[in-house]
Amino acid sequence: MIGLSRRARDGLTDLWLVGPASLALLVLIFVPVVAVAILSFTDYQFGARTFNFIGLENYKTLLTDPIGRRAITNTLLYVAIVIPFSMIFALLVAIGLHGMASWAAPLSRILRAAYFLPVAATLVAMAIAWQMLLHPSIGLVNTFLNAIGLPGQAWLSDRGLVLYTLAAIGIWQTIGYNMVLFLAGLAAIPGHLYEAAACDGADRQWERFWTVTWPMLGPTTLFVLVVTATNSFRVFETVATLTKGGPAFASDTLVYALYREGFVYFKAGYASAITIVFFVFVLVLTLTQFGLLERRVHYR
Amino acid sequence: MSRARVVPRTVSLLLLLAGALLIMLPFIWLILVSLKPADEIFSPDVRFLPTRIEWTNYVRAFVEVDLARFLMNGLIVVAGILFFQIAFAVPCAYALSQRRFVGRQVIFGMILAALLVPFHVAAIPIFLGLAELRLVNTYTALIVPFVASAFGMFLFRQFFSQIPADLFDAARVDGLSETAIVWRIAFPLAMPAASAFAVFSVTAHWNDLFWPLIATSDPALATPPRGIVYFRDQEAGDDMGPLMAAAAIVTAPLVIGFLVAQRKFTEGLAAGSLKG
Repeated sequence: MIGLSRRARDGLTDLWLVGPASLALLVLIFVPVVAVAILSFTDYQFGARTFNFIGLENYKTLLTDPIGRRAITNTLLYVAIVIPFSMIFALLVAIGLHGMASWAAPLSRILRAAYFLPVAATLVAMAIAWQMLLHPSIGLVNTFLNAIGLPGQAWLSDRGLVLYTLAAIGIWQTIGYNMVLFLAGLAAIPGHLYEAAACDGADRQWERFWTVTWPMLGPTTLFVLVVTATNSFRVFETVATLTKGGPAFASDTLVYALYREGFVYFKAGYASAITIVFFVFVLVLTLTQFGLLERRVHYR
Repeated sequence: MSRARVVPRTVSLLLLLAGALLIMLPFIWLILVSLKPADEIFSPDVRFLPTRIEWTNYVRAFVEVDLARFLMNGLIVVAGILFFQIAFAVPCAYALSQRRFVGRQVIFGMILAALLVPFHVAAIPIFLGLAELRLVNTYTALIVPFVASAFGMFLFRQFFSQIPADLFDAARVDGLSETAIVWRIAFPLAMPAASAFAVFSVTAHWNDLFWPLIATSDPALATPPRGIVYFRDQEAGDDMGPLMAAAAIVTAPLVIGFLVAQRKFTEGLAAGSLKG
């Protein structure tokens, strides 16, 4: 190192510390994003030697072809179901457990672990368990329905039902996550606000909720909403394990369609267009989330 | 205690218990079916509890498919990914928070931008690249695409920027090189961030099906979720018990990990909500 000035040595050290990570980000994230955007304007197929630029053709197909549109509307419907239900249940559970922590702390902790379990579990393995629960003839769910006099359903093979079944599994998996976020929000509400509300005559549970809890949870709720949306947009594991997008594309979603078109049918160009549409949705949501996070920090 | 409090508390307790039971149902059913003999699983007369416990399902899960191999692959892949993620992220995060150099802002901006990109977006070009390098169907293909974790870099950078610079200056006076400071001083201090990140990374990659489905077609390279899907697809219908046993074994490490280190797990997984 003799002969190098102090500045040059410092520069080399910086390069040594930061270089590998920056290069990895570039090669593994930024270059692929540009590449997928370019590919989305081509008719490239995996394994082909050449390709042609076909302009917006892939996007046109995606937005006009019934199957392509199906993937988009299914994903939006799935997200639209998972968001409200997983949030409402999570909020109720969080309020219940938060209250319980004051008079039965150990039990509250055990229940919180139970609700969070699906978040930590392997979704593919749990999808197998769901498949068994929902089995038309030997499943527990239909057995239970029959026992109380209701007809059993073909939960995963009925075209009209399958997306709702997957959404229900999505809700099951998301509640624990949202509950944890809501619990953090609840813990941050200062106790004196409740005392103040009580002085003003709001001493019923319900009144306290609307005058204190709900307004104070505003930023948390918005944040949970966006996180739930971003996560449920990526629904893939349950679709791939349980339905493969079927029957007749009734449960096809964007990420599954991208996988199928790209890696089963090798239509890399078309799959790239699906990728970009998916990316735009997620990007808008994530940017909203960053904005909210920023606001929440200032809020405190 | 006043009566006015007992009633609402009982109601909320009962509702919370019922909800928790519903959430636990797939876990309970997974365990119960994995312990049932085949004739009881396939009987249209569904009973909740097995009449006799069939442990052989767990043995057959290891014999009929190479479950041990899947678990081993899972371990290799998550450990490999975590190792490289930390090796890349920690020095970078340290330099970004404790050193001044041209381009610092640019690199931090890159990290923030990379946080916005879900892995699915990079999948097609990365696959093309790996195919070009003839690396499809290797451990490399399962590990390399994830080594640059913008989330890890961000997390460690936030952590290091809270550590006073004096501490590192003192180490420099003692004659430690910057590399030594990174790994012998900064990294040990960052253990809380590292463990939260490890939980996040290990859970994400142990559970991932998307990339293993794309990058490998060789069952010998199957990660646990990929292996479960193989097993299910080749299973002719009479192996439900062993399949459920395999599913229980695959999800057990994370569930046990969570139960043992609940705080760390919740923290690590909830921190992941920052990621795009």
